[in-house]
Amino acid sequence: MTPRAQPRLSRDLHPVAWWIWAVGLAAAATLTTNPLLLVLLVTTAAMVVMARRSDHPWARSFRLYLLLGLMIVIIRVAFRILFGGASHGRVLVDLPAIPLPDWVAGVRLLGPITQEALLAGLYDGLRLAAIVICIGAANSLANPKRLLKSVPPALYEIGTALVVAVTVFPQLADSARRVRAAQALRGDASSRVGRLRRFLVPVLEDALERSLSLAAGMDARGYGRAGTATRGQRWTTGVLLLGALCGLCVGTFAFLDRTAPRWLGVPFLVGGVVVAVIGLVSAGRRVERTRYRPDRWRLAELVVAGSGLAVGVVIWQLGRAEPLVVYPSVSAMPYLSVLALGGALLGLVPALAAPPPRQPISTPLEVGG
Amino acid sequence: MIELRDIHFAYGAGQSEEQRPILRGIDLTLEEGELVLVSGRTGVGKSTLLGVLTGLVPRFSGGTLSGDVLIDGVSVIDQPPRERAHVVGYVGQDPVAGFVTDTVEEELAYGMEQLGLPGDTMRRRVEETLDLLGIADLRNRDLRTLSGGQQQRVAIGAVLTTHPRVLVLDEPTSALDPTAAEDVLATLTRLVHDLGLTVLLAEHRLERVVPFADRICLLTGDGGVLVDTPAVVLATSPVVPPIIELGRAAGWSPLPLSVRDARRAARSLALPAPVVEEPPAGSTVLSARGLTVAHGRNVVLDGVDLDLRSGHVTALMGRNGAGKSTLIWALQGTQSRRSGSVSVAGRDPGRLDAAGRRALVGLVPQTAADLLYLETVAEECAAADTGAGGTAGTCRGLLDHLVPGIDATMHPRDLSEGQRLALALAIVLTARPRVLLLDEPTRGLDYTAKAGLARIVAELADDEHAVLIATHDVEFVATVADDVVVLADGEVVSSGPAREVVAASPSYAPQVTKILGPPWLRVDEVVAALESS
Repeated sequence: MTPRAQPRLSRDLHPVAWWIWAVGLAAAATLTTNPLLLVLLVTTAAMVVMARRSDHPWARSFRLYLLLGLMIVIIRVAFRILFGGASHGRVLVDLPAIPLPDWVAGVRLLGPITQEALLAGLYDGLRLAAIVICIGAANSLANPKRLLKSVPPALYEIGTALVVAVTVFPQLADSARRVRAAQALRGDASSRVGRLRRFLVPVLEDALERSLSLAAGMDARGYGRAGTATRGQRWTTGVLLLGALCGLCVGTFAFLDRTAPRWLGVPFLVGGVVVAVIGLVSAGRRVERTRYRPDRWRLAELVVAGSGLAVGVVIWQLGRAEPLVVYPSVSAMPYLSVLALGGALLGLVPALAAPPPRQPISTPLEVGG
Repeated sequence: MIELRDIHFAYGAGQSEEQRPILRGIDLTLEEGELVLVSGRTGVGKSTLLGVLTGLVPRFSGGTLSGDVLIDGVSVIDQPPRERAHVVGYVGQDPVAGFVTDTVEEELAYGMEQLGLPGDTMRRRVEETLDLLGIADLRNRDLRTLSGGQQQRVAIGAVLTTHPRVLVLDEPTSALDPTAAEDVLATLTRLVHDLGLTVLLAEHRLERVVPFADRICLLTGDGGVLVDTPAVVLATSPVVPPIIELGRAAGWSPLPLSVRDARRAARSLALPAPVVEEPPAGSTVLSARGLTVAHGRNVVLDGVDLDLRSGHVTALMGRNGAGKSTLIWALQGTQSRRSGSVSVAGRDPGRLDAAGRRALVGLVPQTAADLLYLETVAEECAAADTGAGGTAGTCRGLLDHLVPGIDATMHPRDLSEGQRLALALAIVLTARPRVLLLDEPTRGLDYTAKAGLARIVAELADDEHAVLIATHDVEFVATVADDVVVLADGEVVSSGPAREVVAASPSYAPQVTKILGPPWLRVDEVVAALESS
């Protein structure tokens, strides 16, 4: 008897793993202008999405991100044509420049279109598009609500507020559709302001009523129950978090401002982070709330997050080792090295390593067969 | 035990003249494992009384509250709702509005997460609750894809997981079709019997709930309450289900509360056959043939044929999600159709602009408030007149004819449900359509308001209008409808005269038909027969 290959068990990956993977890819995209590499990164993200997305409504949003990326590229190139740019290089089409008055000196409308200007616009646009698409991939792979739920317990209230906000938008669209249809059932008001008002008033009333009943429902179900923390404990947490915020601000400022004393920079930044962690843990400890079936961090999560980070690190290192691959000149044909190709393809690992997602509606059990 | 002691509640603060008292010195004791029904006319404070127990009144309603609420002898009146969450479970009127998460399982766990229960306890209780309510197969479903009855059961399950002592429900069956309502009520009865849960529920449709209630708490309207067994309270109550009206008319004592008891009592009645008035033949005003509507690949309506005749009231019935609203909007012309034809006086409303449609077909949507946007009734009426190009005062005249005596300076939001519906109806009628479509008009109406609506609908029919009403309310259908069309899964499964269609279906039969058998339909027919014999 030969052992039959068992199908992979479906399971939802920890949303944070998908986000780390996507941020790694996006970081790689920010570090390069090589169009081949960028297209490779986008393809990688798209293939992983195709392989591992579920049938939930938010999973279908990836197409929108692709469209958005395409629009970014087109707009970027169009602006290069409209506002000219480099005046040297190989001229493709010699458009006449539109003369502008003196007070807009430095801006040129139209004018000759050079191959270099076009390519620079294209590369730039591609880079931005790749970043947007990578983030979009994370959004379609990981339920945004589950991600918000993974916030530390101390930030739970903010997380819930965001979850509710995310839920409200589709409802608002629903209610807008309903009111628009209903308003067509009665006579038309004359002015434009009147029409806006007759549309907005019922929609806003509806939204207000809905939020009140949601608040009442949440309150009745125990949202925001007072914990057992004493006054002293609350003070400690507050002071810790405030201190952390100050430390982080000073540290960031000193780190970025080269004229500030060096001892202000990194130490304050690190100190701020440490105090923030202590504060969050202290705040989290007094929260008497538990989580139902929290997402667990297992091997697959490690592999997925690691593969994304690896892509970022490889491309970053390439920037030093092979700068011509990562930042190709606009006057020569861009090319890929084996390292760059391999680095980008590392991002494909989740397509195999991640378990297939659970589908919203389970298919009926097949009996027999 | 749960005790309300000398509860006073009034809107408006202090002793000013603005103060509007709702509850005056209410005492109510809820025993363990009983189902208490809160009844009374619209606006007497049923929801307020429920809110006092949950703590949502006065925190979410404003107003001043005095008295005391005791749970096992401990006063909780100063505690906010969240601190009572482990004792009092509350399900609001619209379950969807109270959902916080997006899948069934997470929703069931939400309350327990707030209470900080350990993980394995949560896991166990979620499984138990899924089985208890018979929703285990829905566990991973998105809450918004569920049917109304399923959503209501999930909402009940979501508060049950925290193991409350008392469950408070505000109109749990008002949006449900008869079968789904029976499911929900059967679930509640089971909880009362098996778990010893105390249930306090407010409901307009007494015919659905009375057989399950142990006691009724009747709000008398002057701020007081009458609490006793159903038979005692219903003997004098101003709001009663048809079965009690029948019992009163026939002089049965004690009053039968269930259809089974009434049937036994009815054996002694010797009634002449009812005089059945044939509605006037009328001419076909609206005719739909082969109407098919699809959302994407989902077929919502599949080849529906429908005729609406002038002077006839047609009821459109069917499960939640059977396509009733879609059919109404497709007949009106806003909902685009895949194939088929609609013709009103030789014209197709789907091909006209909004103004043309309004003149042919009037529609009052499910939430009548969507139509209203101004601050006073007078402004709404004036806007309707200019909008329809009619003479000033047309709309107000119609409104006075429908419901006389509405104060012109009132804000439409402050009107009662019935008055607001009448205002929306008057606005729609200002364009003088021959066909009138009403989508779920009886939601939130008490028996008096429903009788008022029935009178309005009958007058419109006498005025040669063709009226179509989509509704779940079988008793209302028995009162107004000449014809009934039943939709299931987008197809017409039965249609014909009301008397034949409702008698043939156990879930759509009104109480009088269940008790006396066809062709009896309404209490007034029985009363007339009793008087003549």
